[in-house]
Amino acid sequence: MTRFLRHRLFWPVAILVALLALNLVFTDNFFRVQMKDGHLYGSLIDIVRFGAPLILVSLGMTLVIATSGIDLSVGSVVAIAGALACLRISDLDDQNSIGGVLAAVGIALALSVALGVWNGLLVAGIGIQPIIATLILMVAGRGLAQLITDGQITTVNSSPYKLIGGGYWLTLPFSIIIVAVVLALTAFLTRRLALGLLIESVGGNAEASRLSGISARGVLITVYTFCALCAGIAGLMISSNVSSADGNNAGLWIELDAILAVVIGGTSLAGGRFSLGGTVLGALIIQTLTTTIYSIGVPPETTLLFKALVVTIVCLLQSPAFREKVFHRRRRPQSPSPVTEEKVRVSA
Amino acid sequence: MAAPAPILRMSGIGKQFPGVKALDDVDFRLLPGEVHALMGENGAGKSTLIKVLTGVYDIDAGEIELEGRRVAFSSPLAAQQAGISTVYQEVNLCANLSVAENIFIGREPRRLGRIQWKKMRRRAEEILSRLDLDLDVSAPLSSYSLAIQQMVAIARAVDIDAKVLILDEPTSSLDAGEVAQLFRVMRRLKEQGIAILFVSHFLDQIYEISDRMTILRNGTLVGEYLTSELSQVELVGKMIGRELADLEKLEDRPPAREGAPLVETELLGRTGAIEPFTLTIHEGEVVGLAGLLGSGRTEIARLLFGADHAGTGALKIDGQAVSLRTPRSAVARKIAFCSENRRAEGLIPDLTVRENIILALQAARGWTRPIPRRRQDELVEKYISALNIRPANPEQLVRNLSGGNQQKVLLARWLILEPRLLILDEPTRGIDVGAKAEIQRLVAELSDGGMAVLFISAELEEVLRLSHKVGVLRDRRLVAELDNDEGLTTDRLTETIASGAIS
Repeated sequence: MTRFLRHRLFWPVAILVALLALNLVFTDNFFRVQMKDGHLYGSLIDIVRFGAPLILVSLGMTLVIATSGIDLSVGSVVAIAGALACLRISDLDDQNSIGGVLAAVGIALALSVALGVWNGLLVAGIGIQPIIATLILMVAGRGLAQLITDGQITTVNSSPYKLIGGGYWLTLPFSIIIVAVVLALTAFLTRRLALGLLIESVGGNAEASRLSGISARGVLITVYTFCALCAGIAGLMISSNVSSADGNNAGLWIELDAILAVVIGGTSLAGGRFSLGGTVLGALIIQTLTTTIYSIGVPPETTLLFKALVVTIVCLLQSPAFREKVFHRRRRPQSPSPVTEEKVRVSA
Repeated sequence: MAAPAPILRMSGIGKQFPGVKALDDVDFRLLPGEVHALMGENGAGKSTLIKVLTGVYDIDAGEIELEGRRVAFSSPLAAQQAGISTVYQEVNLCANLSVAENIFIGREPRRLGRIQWKKMRRRAEEILSRLDLDLDVSAPLSSYSLAIQQMVAIARAVDIDAKVLILDEPTSSLDAGEVAQLFRVMRRLKEQGIAILFVSHFLDQIYEISDRMTILRNGTLVGEYLTSELSQVELVGKMIGRELADLEKLEDRPPAREGAPLVETELLGRTGAIEPFTLTIHEGEVVGLAGLLGSGRTEIARLLFGADHAGTGALKIDGQAVSLRTPRSAVARKIAFCSENRRAEGLIPDLTVRENIILALQAARGWTRPIPRRRQDELVEKYISALNIRPANPEQLVRNLSGGNQQKVLLARWLILEPRLLILDEPTRGIDVGAKAEIQRLVAELSDGGMAVLFISAELEEVLRLSHKVGVLRDRRLVAELDNDEGLTTDRLTETIASGAIS
């Protein structure tokens, strides 16, 4: 039981479960998932589906934060990727041509990658502090997105493009499948291959990593690029879901939600150890919270306040120091300690 | 003479970490006006005892009495306010702040909420002059050497109305003159009735300064002794729990060896770091570097490892000219470097022992070619037992290990790569006699196996014992290269360092 309690994902899971349970009180059939026309429907499915872009952005953000960096530009990359894809598709003679849509998607993602490399070069090549380096693209990127769309909201009418954010495949929303694939890929790269170890080591002690022969520069450029790619995919999802690109508002403030998701998931902003599972949970918590606000009917003018309140509680619960203070008024070590039995011999 | 009542008494102290019993039923007392040495190998529990005393850790069992009153400090600050000040092994000051700010940080003289800078600087100068230090107190701390920074830390500690002063390996980075200065200061503090708890691995220093000692081994108390009544040999025997004889089986001088030149430098240099030097290291050869702190020893190592770029000269490996632009390219040529600064340049404290050990090998392979987990476990297992790393738990976080064991983890990281040249910068600093002998023996074995070693140490005996050839440095210049034959003694080395010429 204590082992269970001590698991590093215990608190995120507990919070998510509590939020879901709260919904159950206010919404009948909240947990019901049903099959309609060969598609899965239900509130739970919706949470994952609407949370998909945030999960993607948060995954990329996790790796960046693990190197003790931060990427503020993800919201702008979301807008740029959506804008470019919609622009290319709206220029097509036949907006439903699969080849044309694929090309548009490819170009948008290629630009995202290029933007990620730019961030990586600023941070690793020139040595600008991450928060400043990515602030450049955060501000300039909004401008770039508006430049692409000419300041208008570009709408498209393309069913292949609509699939990315709003479509279904194998009974599941396509966006959930994309998230699953990206998550699996990230887990593979970091945990099966050794990228994770190198990221954690660069985040834990950059100079020591360099002196161990790690190319910290390569690792940094890789994670910023990956982060931008994730943001690009999220941008396609968001614009596809509404079949339009809004350079002003698409992905607005998503960087802050993503950072929050990472932190709730238990990855320290100081870098080092990271947890992909924790991040996914963190993003789901944020999305569930948004859903909850609607379902329990919090008045619109107080939603932000309500959200802030819940997030504060979540962060406090996540903090071991806070829990120690509140829950365990630790007995002063008077009684003969019960652990003597599991005395461990340390000598060789 | 009746012994005065102890100012500090700890009894039955126990402390448990996950997987490790760090302290078990330890008693300790400290009398006013004495210098009390706390002795033990790495991992014996010295640091834990100090941290328990100063409120860094909670105790799991036992009690602490200060001046007859039962105390339990919740934080180092609380301990400090009660009169227990600590100067740790690694300087814990803010290098970017001025000397005066560092002395008064958190308790600046104020009037109406404003800091009185003038008064602060004047008082800082007063405090330092009492320690025979003449510094520019408004200069940033980083502009002074590590040794001076250490003195500033002590100045800060004693100014906080200390009754008990804890010095955790204060001398490990000081040269002889600075140690003498520190001891003068300690004697003066002792006369004022301050109890000093002193931790050092230098036995000579212990015997010079301490009145009494308490010995720990594996987290348990061995005993308390008067320094004058315990011989050095007995002390070492009690610390390591076995006879010293088998530790001293190393021969006095390594046998001469003939190998092909492995690394040759020709007027390699870097402005402001090291004057151009010419040095050849042969296969299987141990080259010692002797010289004072800051004489350019580390700078040579960093150039050979590609950690810094050389400004002038040429470097050849196996007779081929190469340019080492990064540590990565040095590692690719099988050159390994254990930095003297374990904490900042060596370990990744949040990773486990296993991850720290395989790090360099994994970095050399690149992230796309992970080392299979089973192979990792085998390698780590092998080096944990070969180097006697304690606790022998590969999944323990490195931050929880003692200094000597951290050093061994760092060594293991490089040995796994089977380097051709191993650069060791002060590998035995701050670690105990047992581990020191193990590392020295390891160096001898490695060179027998054909590995070249560049061995940097402030301890001349150690350099002489291991090296085939000794390079002497002075003022960032390689002033002499001496063959280690019968004619070479520590006296002659010291003379060369002092005079800057071959005598």
